Amino acid sequence: MHEMSLAEGILQLIEEAARAENVQRVAAVYVEVGQLASVEVESLRFCFDVVIKDSVADGARLEIIDMPGTGWCMDCSQSVPMSDKLDGCPLCGGYRVQVTGGTEMRVKELEIE
Amino acid sequence: MCTTCGCGHGETKIEGHAHDHDHEHGHDHGHDHDHHHGHSHAHNPYAPRHSHAPGMTQSRMLKIEQDILAKNDGYARENRAFLAGRRVFALNLVSSPGSGKTTLLCKTIELLKGKATVAVIEGDQQTSNDAERIRATGAPAIQINTGKGCHLDAHMVGHAMQQMDLPERSLLMIENVGNLVCPAAFDLGEAHKVVILSVTEGEDKPLKYPDMFRAADLMLLNKCDLLPHLQFDVDKAIEAARRVNPAIQVIRVSATTGEGMDDWLGWLERSRG
Repeated sequence: MHEMSLAEGILQLIEEAARAENVQRVAAVYVEVGQLASVEVESLRFCFDVVIKDSVADGARLEIIDMPGTGWCMDCSQSVPMSDKLDGCPLCGGYRVQVTGGTEMRVKELEIE
Repeated sequence: MCTTCGCGHGETKIEGHAHDHDHEHGHDHGHDHDHHHGHSHAHNPYAPRHSHAPGMTQSRMLKIEQDILAKNDGYARENRAFLAGRRVFALNLVSSPGSGKTTLLCKTIELLKGKATVAVIEGDQQTSNDAERIRATGAPAIQINTGKGCHLDAHMVGHAMQQMDLPERSLLMIENVGNLVCPAAFDLGEAHKVVILSVTEGEDKPLKYPDMFRAADLMLLNKCDLLPHLQFDVDKAIEAARRVNPAIQVIRVSATTGEGMDDWLGWLERSRG
C-alpha cells in the first residue's frame, strides 16, 4: 500500500531530525516494519531510493528490522504468533484472533556522519 | 503527497480553499520530537569532522523512535479534539468505487431530516459531482479532490472542517476516495470507520482487502434489494469479514428500497451517544 507516501514520511522524519541536530549526512536509516503492517518491503526500498535523491540522506542504506506478528486468540485466551492476518490460531485453528502486534511502521534510528 | 500533508505536490483541491499555502502556516500540530540520543551532544558543529582517529569516519546513531505516519496521526488528533469540542460525531466511510456510498448518504440525510444535522466531506480524485449530489439534499457538503492521491488524509480533512459550519451535536460523514487499500492506514480523526460492501461485489472481498475490513467497526452490506438476482452468499460475506475482524458489526441495507435503514439509523443513534 502507498509505499511512496511511506517513503516520503520516512524522509520527512529524517529531515526534521537532521535539521534539529545539524546533521550533514545520513548514512543509514533503521526502520521497524511489522510482519502485519501490509508494507511491501521491496516496493518501499525502491521508493526510498527515489525520494532520498538530493536530500541529506542521498545514498543512505535502508535497514529494515522485521517485527514479528502476534495476535490474541479469544477462544484459547492466549497470545499466539501470526505471520499473516488471515492465519487462524495455530493452536485451535479458529479465526477469532485479534492482531496485537506486528503492525509497526517506525523509524527507529539514523546512522549519521 | 499523502503522509506529508496532501498538498505537497500541489494536486489536492479543497472547494473554497485558497491553495497556495506552503505549510509554514501557524497551526501547531503538537507532536513532540524527543530525540533521546545517548551521545550527550558530542556533536559540536564546529568541531573537526574527523576528530577521533585519522582515517576513520565519525559516525554515530541518532535515536528517532517515531511512527512513519506520526504526522498524519498528529493532524488526526487535532481533528478529533476539534470535533469533540463541538460534540460532532464523525464517520469515515470507505469502500471500493461504485458501492453506493453517495446514494446511501443521500438516503440517510433524507431520513434524518428534522432529527439531526448532517454535514458531508466528499473525497474523490476529480470532479465535485458527489458534493453536488449531497447539496441537492439540502445538507452542506465540501468536496476534496485529491488529484493523484489515492486517499484522504487528516490534514486535508482538517482544512475542510475549518471551512464548514459544523453545529453542535451534528453528524459529519466523510466519504473517502473509493479505494479498499490506502484509506485503511490513514486516521482522519473519525469516531469509526464504516466499510460499505455492495452485494454486486464478491463475497470474498474482506479476504482480498483485509486491512480495510480490519480497520472498520461496522460493515454495511449495501444493495441488498438486488440479492434475488445475484449469486451473492450473504453468510459467506459476513463470515469472511469476521474472519478478518472478529469484532466487526454488520447491517444489511438497501438505499433504494429503504431496507435495513432503520437498523443503520439505530446504530448511528446508539454510537453517537
